[in-house]
Amino acid sequence: MLKPEEIEAGLEQILLKVERPGRYVGGEINSIVKDWDKVQTKVALIFPDIYDIGVSNVGLKILYDQINQRQDALAERAYAPWPDMEAMMRGRGIPLYSLESKHALSGFDLIGFSLPYETLYTNTLNILDLAGIPVRSADRDDAHPIIIAGGHAATNPEPMYAFMDAFVIGEGEEVIDDIINVIQANKTREEKLHALARIPGVYMPKFYQVHYMDDGTISHVETLTDGIANPVVKRIVAQLPPPPTKFIVPNIEVVHNRVSVEIMRGCTRGCRFCQAGMITRPVRERSVDEIVDTAEAAINATGMEELALLSLSSSDFSYVVELVNKVSERFKGRKLTISLPSLRIESVSIDLMDKLREHYSGGFTLAPEAATERMRRIINKFIPDEEIINTTREIYRRGWTTIKLYFMIGHPSETLEDVQAIADLCKRVLSEGRKVAGMKVKLHAGVSTFVPKPQTPFQWVAVDTRENIIAKQKLLKHELNDRNIKLSWTEPEDTLLEAWLSRGDRRMAEVIYSAWKNGTKFDAWNEHRKTQAWLDAFAEHGLDPAFYTHRQRRTDEIFPWDHISAALRKNFLFQDFRQSLEGKIRVDCRLNCFACGILPTFANVRRENPGEAWKCPDVKSPSSTKQLAVSSINLPVVGD
Amino acid sequence: MRVRITFSKTGALRYIGHLDLNTIWERAARRAGLPLAYTQGFHPQPKMNFASALPLGFSSRCEVMDMRFNEDMDLISLSAQLQDAMPSGIGILNVENIDERAAPLQTQIISAEYEATLTETSDVSELKRKIDDVIASQSLPRERRGKFYDLRPLIERLELNSENKILMRLAAREGATGRPEEVLDVLGIMIEHARVERTNLIFRN
Repeated sequence: MLKPEEIEAGLEQILLKVERPGRYVGGEINSIVKDWDKVQTKVALIFPDIYDIGVSNVGLKILYDQINQRQDALAERAYAPWPDMEAMMRGRGIPLYSLESKHALSGFDLIGFSLPYETLYTNTLNILDLAGIPVRSADRDDAHPIIIAGGHAATNPEPMYAFMDAFVIGEGEEVIDDIINVIQANKTREEKLHALARIPGVYMPKFYQVHYMDDGTISHVETLTDGIANPVVKRIVAQLPPPPTKFIVPNIEVVHNRVSVEIMRGCTRGCRFCQAGMITRPVRERSVDEIVDTAEAAINATGMEELALLSLSSSDFSYVVELVNKVSERFKGRKLTISLPSLRIESVSIDLMDKLREHYSGGFTLAPEAATERMRRIINKFIPDEEIINTTREIYRRGWTTIKLYFMIGHPSETLEDVQAIADLCKRVLSEGRKVAGMKVKLHAGVSTFVPKPQTPFQWVAVDTRENIIAKQKLLKHELNDRNIKLSWTEPEDTLLEAWLSRGDRRMAEVIYSAWKNGTKFDAWNEHRKTQAWLDAFAEHGLDPAFYTHRQRRTDEIFPWDHISAALRKNFLFQDFRQSLEGKIRVDCRLNCFACGILPTFANVRRENPGEAWKCPDVKSPSSTKQLAVSSINLPVVGD
Repeated sequence: MRVRITFSKTGALRYIGHLDLNTIWERAARRAGLPLAYTQGFHPQPKMNFASALPLGFSSRCEVMDMRFNEDMDLISLSAQLQDAMPSGIGILNVENIDERAAPLQTQIISAEYEATLTETSDVSELKRKIDDVIASQSLPRERRGKFYDLRPLIERLELNSENKILMRLAAREGATGRPEEVLDVLGIMIEHARVERTNLIFRN
């Protein structure tokens, strides 16, 4: 294994020949370099895309701080090198290394990948290979680090089952310490894996065997050792721990050059297409004081110019008005841009933005998602046209010239009329805006394509066909051909790839392996799109891509991800799916509990952490009398 | 208050370009809580001026910049506060007060001196011959990013010292700046086989 000095000497030979070498040298303010030889457990945290995207990831930052707070462990970082750098490194035999100490990744005890989205899978394989680590879990031995992954894509870990030793399901804040403790307490790889598999929230694929039916669907999942969970239920923290303040300050310009404070986790809106809203329950809020103090500490510790107050739905934060008042008061007169994304379409949102005006730049973003009453009922995001028109008109009236509207095509049972309505609504928003603010008003319509994700009420539905998607996009391009309207969309190939990867079973692992061998990487990047390589990989393994994407699922089908639980009862999801077919709306579940499964699963956690930070309403349910609740308990669906 | 700062740039920061260096200084001032002055307008910019952009990949022990602050401060504590807030690789060497009306740095610089340490052994006599050829030449037509220019008049001094380091003094006037990697290229030395450090900036007067 190359020593850090040897890696540094090699880097010196190549860094001046690659684009933006600042990506590969570390040395940032707030990065932590510990004495390698004095620390027992070394962890490498990896975001498998380039530095420019990965360095600002908040999830990894939380883990980085938490691990580095331990005396007996250190955490360092690595990202995917851009192909120019990769070619140079491979050419000179330089393995992928950590930015802090320049140690080869193969010298760490534990490697943790963040997998927030599925198009990072081939990069993950590539990174292991570039680190000189066998990409398959089964090929690794005592000489290799333990490789784990977490993040939203782990909601269905099966397509990556062959490559990871373990997955963390749910939130990583508590479980990472359990994992490090287990690694310290055990000697051999085999002992470590056995102990890791018994940590609640850790899924170790090698101890689960999937049995298939003749039609390729799953018959059942068998556990191969005693004492492991089935299903593996996600971990959560009862209360959000103090948020990070010492963000890494990149020395080069990156995509999100800012500090972020998570104001709330989870969402109670219940939009049926939204995986994040389903799998991050329950809603837990931070206090206004904690948020504002954290923001100030983070700005002082970084010198950064931009603050993002993050959540899935800022308007639903209980004290959002107070938060905005305090933030604008605290940072008055300071050069700082503040963003408060994910606002609801209502006039209150404009008042909020007005208060942040001094600190605000750029446009106003709203997400109606659909444009007909029928579609809005199906997806459970019901915002009447008049509300959209009134709000956007008011935004233009108050001086914003650009509004960005997010829509999605490809929702279940969507027709061309529903898509036409998106175009009509955009045109109406613009023409109403012109009445109050003149011809300078602009509109940006971002129209993505829906992918029915695991652990959502839409997990039973098929992905729209390529032909349909193309026809719908053609209509939009034709209808919204206006120099004051900017239309952006997702290429159908990208949507299908995302769908294959997110809905796949274990057989997809071989497809991913072959696609990577065929040269796919950076799948999230337009310039690296290699659809044919993916289709070839499916063909090589005799699999039909349509099996994963264009097949309506039986109501009793066992999904590849059913032994992984986000603490949502399958029956809850199915009831919600059925209500969608009937066009029935479900209200915000702060007002009415629909028994998704969170409360019985985490009854003890809740009981031990009373108070108002956790936003589930109090419900009398059979589980409240039970000591140990499991997610498979069948509760009546309240509010049906 | 306008201050003139002399600083070094080494280590990982060699790989950070000039525009990013601006941000590093601005953020250091903000982290240090110093009242950095900004321009007026819709996109306020910090009032900072560098004598001469240092090409990416080179270290330096002589960078010079001016920074303006909204309040007067003690120079010693200013220097210490800024240094504490800096990523490793920037070393503040000197801070002095400067007349607000003094001419901007970039109009005062004339030339810059560089020292290239060769990391691959080469034939010294051959190298000496090439250096003599360059000095003897009337012109050195070059093409850089599609533009043709003559490198020769930009080379004010070029020599091999006793430690086999190449010393050069190149013009650094606005619109007439010699680049050390161009000189190395003429000498047949690949950029990855030399470590280049800027050692001195020469100003008018």
